[in-house]
Amino acid sequence: MNLLDAVIAVTLGAYCLAMIVALARVLRGPRALDRVVAFDFLFTVALLGVLVLAIRYDSSAYFDAALLMAVFGFIGSAALGKFLLRGEVIE
Amino acid sequence: MIVQLLVAALLLASAVLVLAAAFGLWRLDDFFLRMHAPALANTLASWAVALASILYFSTGSGRPVLHQWVIVIVLAITVPVASGIVARAALFQLRKDRL
Repeated sequence: MNLLDAVIAVTLGAYCLAMIVALARVLRGPRALDRVVAFDFLFTVALLGVLVLAIRYDSSAYFDAALLMAVFGFIGSAALGKFLLRGEVIE
Repeated sequence: MIVQLLVAALLLASAVLVLAAAFGLWRLDDFFLRMHAPALANTLASWAVALASILYFSTGSGRPVLHQWVIVIVLAITVPVASGIVARAALFQLRKDRL
């Protein structure tokens, strides 16, 4: 087995473990904002996983997907943060 | 071969950083402490993965391939804005609870 393939498998396994831990924080998070931060982290880890998959499959078609995930992750967490901010202000 | 070793080292570094960020997200007590942990994945880990990808594709195709750096730039622009909004929302909630 190639060295790079083994390292890529280890890296993806570590990402999976990190995503499971972050998912536990999403489920447990005492407040909504904890869940927003954990979701943002999940998006980032998924983006890094897509970049690693680009190396694994030796294809540059994954970069566009990673870029879109970066942009949509920002939109999601900014919208959720804005919503929580406004909701608190109006109350 | 050297390039492959370098790519492997960068990927392993990113794996360690992402794991550290995840366990920080899980272990830290306060929300404001917890907000710091994902920055590790957003900065150092993404730089490491982008550098590994640039090295791999540049040596593979024989010409510089720099598309991946755009993702790092986008992250560097958007992440501080998002975390600023989230921090302000948390600060408002905290003040409202104290009053």
